[in-house]
Amino acid sequence: MDLLWSESDERFRAELRAWIAEALPKLPPEPKREDWAARRARDTAWQGMLHDAGYAGINWPAEYGGRGASLSEQLVFYEEITKAGAPNVGVSVNFVGMLHAGPTLIAEGNDEQRARHLPAILKGEEVWCQGFSEPAAGSDLASLRTRAVRDGDHYVVNGQKIWTSFAQVADYCELLVRTDPESKHKGITWLILPMDTPGVDVRPLKTVLGSSEFSELYLDDVRIPVANRVGDENDGWRVAMVTFSFERGTSLVPEMVEARHQLDELARLARTVQRGDGTAWDDTGVRREIGHAAAELDALWNLVKRTVSEAARTGVPGVGASVVKLYYSELIQRIGDLALRVLDRASLSIDDVYEGSGHVVEERLRTLALTIAAGTSQIQRNIIGERILGLPR
Amino acid sequence: MDFTLTSDQEALQDGVRKLCEGVFPMERVRALIDVGGVDRALWRELADAGVFSLRLSEDDGGAGLGMAEAAIVFEQLGRALVPGPLVWTHLAAGRVPGAAEGDRVVGGLQRRDEPFVVEHPDVIDVLLAVDDDGLWEVDRSRLSARAVDWPLDPLTPVHVAGGLLRGERRGVPGDAVRWRLEGTVLVGAYLVGMADVLTERSVDYAKSREQFDRPIGSFQAVKHMLADMLVRTEVARSAVYAAAVHLDEPALGPPERAVSGAKLLAGEAATSNAKTATQVHGGMGFTWEVDVHLYLKRAWVLDTAFGTGDDHADTVAGLLSV
Repeated sequence: MDLLWSESDERFRAELRAWIAEALPKLPPEPKREDWAARRARDTAWQGMLHDAGYAGINWPAEYGGRGASLSEQLVFYEEITKAGAPNVGVSVNFVGMLHAGPTLIAEGNDEQRARHLPAILKGEEVWCQGFSEPAAGSDLASLRTRAVRDGDHYVVNGQKIWTSFAQVADYCELLVRTDPESKHKGITWLILPMDTPGVDVRPLKTVLGSSEFSELYLDDVRIPVANRVGDENDGWRVAMVTFSFERGTSLVPEMVEARHQLDELARLARTVQRGDGTAWDDTGVRREIGHAAAELDALWNLVKRTVSEAARTGVPGVGASVVKLYYSELIQRIGDLALRVLDRASLSIDDVYEGSGHVVEERLRTLALTIAAGTSQIQRNIIGERILGLPR
Repeated sequence: MDFTLTSDQEALQDGVRKLCEGVFPMERVRALIDVGGVDRALWRELADAGVFSLRLSEDDGGAGLGMAEAAIVFEQLGRALVPGPLVWTHLAAGRVPGAAEGDRVVGGLQRRDEPFVVEHPDVIDVLLAVDDDGLWEVDRSRLSARAVDWPLDPLTPVHVAGGLLRGERRGVPGDAVRWRLEGTVLVGAYLVGMADVLTERSVDYAKSREQFDRPIGSFQAVKHMLADMLVRTEVARSAVYAAAVHLDEPALGPPERAVSGAKLLAGEAATSNAKTATQVHGGMGFTWEVDVHLYLKRAWVLDTAFGTGDDHADTVAGLLSV
């Protein structure tokens, strides 16, 4: 067991840090939350800068234009990007392209599809969204009903998708459709949907944050060329799941690095917030809970290192990857609860009352999604119970 | 960075697990209730296997291993619920004659608040105390002691003492600091082993116990409790291994935050898993016959050893960068 970074990891870190210091000031300032065009422009500009510097697709294989970095270099990459306050791929308007659609095309796309899309995603020229969930197909995704019927060399698609992040600025959508109503998992097909196709209607949904990251997607006689199919007809479930086998427990790393910073911020805020004759930090209960949460975040970070090390050694991430998502998403919500208690009445304002206090309140709202998205905590516990512990369904 | 066990560490883990299965099956552990938790012959078998001496240099009869290996060993001892003052005797090896060889059983105290609750009073040959001034071999004639007929953990007999925790000096203040850190991690490792085996045994029970014509492990209310047991164990294990590595590798920086976090989470994993295991076992979980209560009671005992969860949460909070 060795926790020291190798010399080559440290060299990678030093080069990256130097590049970020030079590149980051060139990036336009963060736009308003609802200014979608500006957000797309900024995120894709950063992607282009990463591309030109050779850091785009840090986890993509080099033969498809990625960096092909080792797992430990990926940890270093996310750590440095986050510490510097540079945009993270996980919150980019093109997180679907970088983290899901792109890797799916690498694994299952044909040469033409790869050549058409992969370089454009890496350069920041193409933004993707995801059309998987439906109003009646959430945790039970495979029950999706958006229907695709073959008509010559096209599929004609009718149905409705939901929770489609950044649909209003996307060029393409990875779309799961029902091609065989008689079977469940084996009746689904994976299609590339150009968002400018007639019959595609994007209707923004307002979230608890008061803004519209998500949209509903209404599909009315949308004609998609059969050439846009990835994998075989009715094999789309496997195609959609294939990226999970690439998942090496690193997807939450940027969030976790950021969370450690936020906890330090909370300790600082607690020393600012007046409480009686002193500050909130003088409250043993508050201080102790902050210490407790810090211990948990440290432990999770070490679990990520264990998971990544196991994956590097065996090719399989082991139990860690499932545990990290479940634990982190619940922990960050507890930290948020604690932060609201520290702020007390200052938590009534999402504008800053103390320096940085607004962000803390906003984060409490944002993190509500983490125990729901990408598999609810209840589904995660089923997965751990059934696939890891071998309990009966 | 490669935070997995080396092949040597895996072999060590496997060896100690087999030793524990052979020498300390649960029926033998239970039989130790009648002898104060320690049987001299079995104690010597632990010593012969290197449990106490493994971090001593080869010249001093040890194996020259580090805290990472010691944590791996103590995790296995915890799985088997091996009783006795294992951590103190391990710490005392090389400093108290006869400890490494298993000839003398060494107990200890690291709390200064009276009354002192001394574990295994009738079997220990030496009582050590750790305080800010150093390590002391306590002159037990200077203690008043009251016997306890009914200890919480039947495998951890205690008596309640008062008086002066001083005697012959065995170490300087710097040694005391180091002992506290090492002892904290070893207790943490032992607790992780307990949390781990409690998960296994509860899962086995939930697979075989049927109600409403189905294994109870098929019910999500039960399944999710079991999933949380695994989660707590894995998080705590990562913390404990990392803390041990921090003690072995000074280049990683000061170890205090990692060590306190590890003990905090390991204590919670073991106590929470033991409580959950009791619940999963239903009425049987409340009986003396099922082993779960022995784990729960030991988890509560060890949660107080080398600092409580509250102590360690305070330590971590004090070390946050602001």
